[in-house]
Amino acid sequence: MYNPFSLEGKNILITGASSGIGQETAIQCSKMGANVIITARNEERLKETLSMLNGVSNKMVLAELTNQEELENLVEHIEYIDGLVLCAGKGMTSPFPFSTREKYDEIFNVNFFAPVELLRLLVKKKKLQKCSSVVFVSSIGGNVSFSLGNGVYGASKAAIDSTMKFCARELAPKKIRVNTVNPGMVNTKLIQGGAISDEQYKLDMEKYPLKRYGEPQDIAYGIIYLLSDASAWVTGHSLVIDGGVTI
Amino acid sequence: MEIKDFIEHFAEQFDDTDISVFSAETRFRDLEEWSSLIALSIIAMVDEEYDVILKGDDIKAATTIVDLFNIVKTKM
Repeated sequence: MYNPFSLEGKNILITGASSGIGQETAIQCSKMGANVIITARNEERLKETLSMLNGVSNKMVLAELTNQEELENLVEHIEYIDGLVLCAGKGMTSPFPFSTREKYDEIFNVNFFAPVELLRLLVKKKKLQKCSSVVFVSSIGGNVSFSLGNGVYGASKAAIDSTMKFCARELAPKKIRVNTVNPGMVNTKLIQGGAISDEQYKLDMEKYPLKRYGEPQDIAYGIIYLLSDASAWVTGHSLVIDGGVTI
Repeated sequence: MEIKDFIEHFAEQFDDTDISVFSAETRFRDLEEWSSLIALSIIAMVDEEYDVILKGDDIKAATTIVDLFNIVKTKM
């Protein structure tokens, strides 16, 4: 069947794959024919994700990506990949006067330093095939949207978008493409149970022209486009997927 | 944890409302300066000062400052 978005035969590494956008992306990539390597910290949930994948050549590697040793161990487990989805991330709501260095470190370690170091090691050790595609899961937060109390998280995502563009230029000679997807609010654990009340979420949702928050698959489909050869001429791009909220 | 200190920390999150306005029985949502950002600041203050993580719905459940004080106490 004709399908320019196919991921048939591509090896794709996905971080943060045990829940939310990462888990859904792993499932969808496997349905598109990819051999998926999933990684996360929680063994039980990661195994569950592995069992949800299509096909028999998928595998999982447990890793705490903020730990350099475990990061290097993960890279050792990779023979080569054609696609990388950097999805592991953490949210935080903290008004500026309370945003201590400690909080910035906590969020930047997970959202910025870990994915950037993973990409660096994969590039340095030449594990990314020619014509491979890297997708950072960023956010509209810190890039096009600046909601109150979201400064620490937003700054980590702005740093990701900036680094993505530098990498897009520097890795272009290797024919490696680097892009971000920038979701609005998506129904995952990352946005649940925090400082924002259900009532405030309902009000916020009303601001979305499409009148709903995103679902993980809304984001996974955008990631699939960026991983596939259909986007062969797309690099250095931030793909906003947000139900129109930033219009 | 003393209610007197709690009221002081609560009042510190406001810039234009005089400290004399704040008492245990203050209905904080009726204050003109009350905003969603101040609500987030109260949550951050409680985390910093009392090591208690409040949720947005905890703030919603409280009407007066002492209501919130009691919610924080149950979570300590």
